[in-house]
Amino acid sequence: MEAPEQEPYPLDVEAVRADFPILQRKVGGDVTAPGEGEGDTKPLVYLDNAATSHTPDQVVDTIADYYRSYNSNVHRGIHQLSQEASTAYEHAHDRVAEFIGAEGREEVVFTKNTTEAENLVAYAWGLNELGPEDNVVLTEMEHHASLVTWQQIGKKTGADVRFIRVDDDGRLDMDHARDLVDDDTAMANVVHVSNTLGTVNPVAELADLVHDHDGLVFVDGAQSVPHMPVDVQAIDADFFAFSGHKMCGPTGIGVLYGKQHLLEEMQPYLYGGEMIRTVTYEDSEWEDLPWKFEAGTPVIAQGIALHAAIDYLEDLGMENVHAHEQLLAEYAYDRLTEYDDVNIYGPPGDDRAGLVAFNVDGVHAHDLSSILNDHGVAVRAGDHCTQPLHDKLDIAASARASFYVYNTREEIDELVEAVDDARQLFA
Amino acid sequence: MGIGGGSDMYRQQILDHYKNPRNYGELDDVTFSHTGENPSCGDTITVDVRLEDDGETIDYVAFSGDGCAISQASASMLSERLQGMTLEELEAMDTDDITEMLGVDISPMRIKCAVLARQVAQDGAKLHEGEIDDLDVTKTED
Repeated sequence: MEAPEQEPYPLDVEAVRADFPILQRKVGGDVTAPGEGEGDTKPLVYLDNAATSHTPDQVVDTIADYYRSYNSNVHRGIHQLSQEASTAYEHAHDRVAEFIGAEGREEVVFTKNTTEAENLVAYAWGLNELGPEDNVVLTEMEHHASLVTWQQIGKKTGADVRFIRVDDDGRLDMDHARDLVDDDTAMANVVHVSNTLGTVNPVAELADLVHDHDGLVFVDGAQSVPHMPVDVQAIDADFFAFSGHKMCGPTGIGVLYGKQHLLEEMQPYLYGGEMIRTVTYEDSEWEDLPWKFEAGTPVIAQGIALHAAIDYLEDLGMENVHAHEQLLAEYAYDRLTEYDDVNIYGPPGDDRAGLVAFNVDGVHAHDLSSILNDHGVAVRAGDHCTQPLHDKLDIAASARASFYVYNTREEIDELVEAVDDARQLFA
Repeated sequence: MGIGGGSDMYRQQILDHYKNPRNYGELDDVTFSHTGENPSCGDTITVDVRLEDDGETIDYVAFSGDGCAISQASASMLSERLQGMTLEELEAMDTDDITEMLGVDISPMRIKCAVLARQVAQDGAKLHEGEIDDLDVTKTED
């Protein structure tokens, strides 16, 4: 690169990278045995963070500490370990509430992931409240997590499911949104940040619009909460969901935020232990929020680890996390647009989240991804769980590079070099 | 080399068959024709087969489709390989035969691209022979 003076990173990237030992591993060899082996010779360039992020030592240590020193089931033991685990697990709910601006733990339900949070509301609220006279508004850039869920709930209830158009720049057509949302709109489910286009949607404005018509708004925050400061009350979301594994946490933990009065009115989606207060052979009474929605042994280790992941991110500062990714996204956008035969989807580089989905003319995304893999560069290739959006873009698949706190300009240079290699191979 | 596949997957022969596919198109006097796809990749392949009068020997094969280099090159090479083979020999072909034909190691994630054309040809033959009768489009499993 010719530019000698580069803007300093908003984060101390070297210090951050030291927290993630996996970034030191090499790849390129035998894939049948997990972990680094003899044939692995190329440094890993991990640019698949929108699929899942890596886990810092601080979070891994928290999980290990839980299992080594106070592993126990929660809310059902008087013994000391159970009390310690219960307290830590409950505090994790408080920490999440504070992180996203919820009123308190009553509004924070732990789930398996974003998808389960979507299904929880679809089943507990949608199946009971929707009918043929209602409509559910989605966007054309919804992830399958919400798209398939509400599509199927629409079929079961007769509710009309409609989609806000995405314009040629990859942004929501807000005029179309104003046409679609009407007094029969019972629910609007909007993705906060598109995992394919990188578009940051005006969710607060959409919430206003839907609330004007007395509908509810569910914001899918899977790609926003890990990457930027989010305040669910500022957005005025009725429901909001995200996943732990995309934000330095482990797999198996997601969060459903819901306004307390809504969660109180809703019936449980899963029945069993933990979610009940009293049970007779004839009937049962539900436990208070949020436990009413956490049937069975919950995600204890994962919830406690999510607390640690939030601590980690807030130590970095969410503003800094966001600024770092913006810098990388703009850099990647600028470098990839040096090539006329590279097509990037979504808004321009200075107006997008930290991911770039693209194709190279004449190279299938899976071939591209294989060649990038040869360079040690991990990107996602496929439809990124937005198959209808890919159909609309008239492409079978795309490659997607997505960035996080530990990525560098040099890694993007490696990506660009690999893309250039693919171009030449297929020229 | 390891079974990671890699750049070695894109040797000259593969790229040549991808850029200049052999026997590409549709047959006029086709004995049987069958289509398949990899739903997760968007690869599609249609294989047209014309048999000789003995009803067993493959006289000519054409293919058409769209997809990644591995799936399309594999179809192109298979269309050459099958000519003169019997249906029995076609049905006996396994994954090793395909990787041997391609002459490169295919990474585990890409195997289904490599074997799509073979699967389509085999299902087409089975449909023709009445061994199966309820398959519209071959879909490789994920």
